Amino acid sequence: MVQVTSRPDETVGGARPDTGASPAPDAAGLGRARAAGFLVPSMVLILLFLVVPAAWTIYLGVTNYRLTGLAAANPEIVGLDNYTRALTDERFRTSLLLTLQFVLGSAVLGQAGLGFAIAFALRDRRGPLRRVVEAFVLLSWILPSSVVAFLWIALLDRDAGTLNALLGTPGMAWLLDHPMLSIVIFNTWRGTAFSMMLYAAALENVPRSHLETARLAGASTWQQLRDVVFPRIRGHVLTNLLLISLWTFNDFTPFLITAGGPEQRSEVLAVYVYKVALSGGELGFGAAISFIMLLINLVIALVYLRMLGRRKERA
Amino acid sequence: MSTVTTTTDGTGTADRSRAAVRHMLARIGRYVFLCLVLAFFALPLLWLATAPFDDTPTIGTSLPDFTLDNFRALLDNPYALTSLVNSVWLAGGTALLVVTFAALAAYALSRVRVPGRDALLYGLLLLSSIVTGTATMVPLFELAFRLHLIDSRLGVILILTGGLLPAAIFILKDFMDATPTSYEESARVFGASPLQIMRHIVVPVVRPGLATVGVWAVANVWGNFLVPFLLLRGPDKAPAAVIMYTLYTEGGQADLRLLSTFSLLYSLPVALMFVFVSSRYGFRFHGGIKR
Repeated sequence: MVQVTSRPDETVGGARPDTGASPAPDAAGLGRARAAGFLVPSMVLILLFLVVPAAWTIYLGVTNYRLTGLAAANPEIVGLDNYTRALTDERFRTSLLLTLQFVLGSAVLGQAGLGFAIAFALRDRRGPLRRVVEAFVLLSWILPSSVVAFLWIALLDRDAGTLNALLGTPGMAWLLDHPMLSIVIFNTWRGTAFSMMLYAAALENVPRSHLETARLAGASTWQQLRDVVFPRIRGHVLTNLLLISLWTFNDFTPFLITAGGPEQRSEVLAVYVYKVALSGGELGFGAAISFIMLLINLVIALVYLRMLGRRKERA
Repeated sequence: MSTVTTTTDGTGTADRSRAAVRHMLARIGRYVFLCLVLAFFALPLLWLATAPFDDTPTIGTSLPDFTLDNFRALLDNPYALTSLVNSVWLAGGTALLVVTFAALAAYALSRVRVPGRDALLYGLLLLSSIVTGTATMVPLFELAFRLHLIDSRLGVILILTGGLLPAAIFILKDFMDATPTSYEESARVFGASPLQIMRHIVVPVVRPGLATVGVWAVANVWGNFLVPFLLLRGPDKAPAAVIMYTLYTEGGQADLRLLSTFSLLYSLPVALMFVFVSSRYGFRFHGGIKR
């Protein structure tokens, strides 16, 4: 299906320098110099507090820097030792697998799936029900993480937790017996709001008359979604998946609930790095793992951009 | 929701009633789904609504023996209220910087053709999603030490601003792209300077976007634990996130009365701010993050 509003500007790598997304070039007469001036404050802060620490991490990754001891005073360059050690480490590989489960389960299926379902169910609804549902979903997103972490610990508590009281399963130790499931559901609860809002906005781009026509033609809800809705919001879906995948991949909040336990069964990479670098004091090794995480993030982003490129060819 | 209208001829009553039944079922299904969603999202929050008012709060949710004593006890805690004031400073300062700088940068990126702009934006977004976490705690600390930003609120504000800026620019640029440029053109004809155009024309038009980013920045800083925990010494500058953490990690059994009331007081400002902003400006992605 040809999209009228298809944007031809997403070529990354500078392959097509004159990007055409802007409504009109330079309506306010900024000029390049002043535009650069507008950019300076942001770029200075980003350079100083984002790019420099990232580069520093790469450097630390090839040293044996430690929090304490001899290597703390005089870190030595150890080359790629940290990387070979990480890649052969059983604990690292387990942690990577858990992280992928965490991203697929809570971000892709949980947040994006549930977020879309809520947005779709609410699409032509106004009034109190919509406002109440949206308010609660947003509340779970906006409250401070140390508070919601404690709320979930209380909810899932073995002896007096509300969930066990409701389900009639006293003594069920959710956080000990199903740690991964617990943090996947927690993160779905925590982050669905973003996807819901994004899809709510995206669905407004789908002309109601098209859905009406499809319905009159006897299309089921699933067929309407596949043939009418999805082709129009494909770009939103990809943006959404990219952002929430990256956020979830690097999310540290599971630490506040399970601390990676029991027996490292919910130790996602962000928690693993924390334990290696700060509890274990191996700053160099921790930095190497951080860099591997950065590379994986890059792969996720590239896969997404490839899919976006394919859309462009079809359009 | 409109009902399925049948054509004038050719559709039997059986077909029509089947369609009506299907329609009914879809409606019921939708209600059931929304109720389940509501239950799922409200359930964990119940404790926050009951425990602070309970004479003897437990970890489970129950109807409280109503009392306000817990709040009085909280007032006696020396750090509880100061920490909330500290949080206001950090969140307010960061949000102000993020909104101002991101608006300027997003406007420039939206209106002037910069080579490699999208690669730059995506690259920074990618970087910000990983660098702000635990990965760079050590370099951040050493950097702050060298810049004499240890134990300084300004240091925390600057570091948090740097982390939030890429996503803020990303969101705001979409708002800017979606606004027509004709007003700017006519203002320019009448001799307005770019900064005047920015202040009097662009800012009012993209106000929902600015509000969204502002609320998002405040909520982020309000909940951020790691950066202030690393950089601020001593409890008198510590924001509520750090105090909250010490409340349930320090000393064996957590004091649920203190913990529950403080959770509520700490959550309330962001919730109220959200209600205010969303009713005033509308809190949504104006047309979505398009792509």
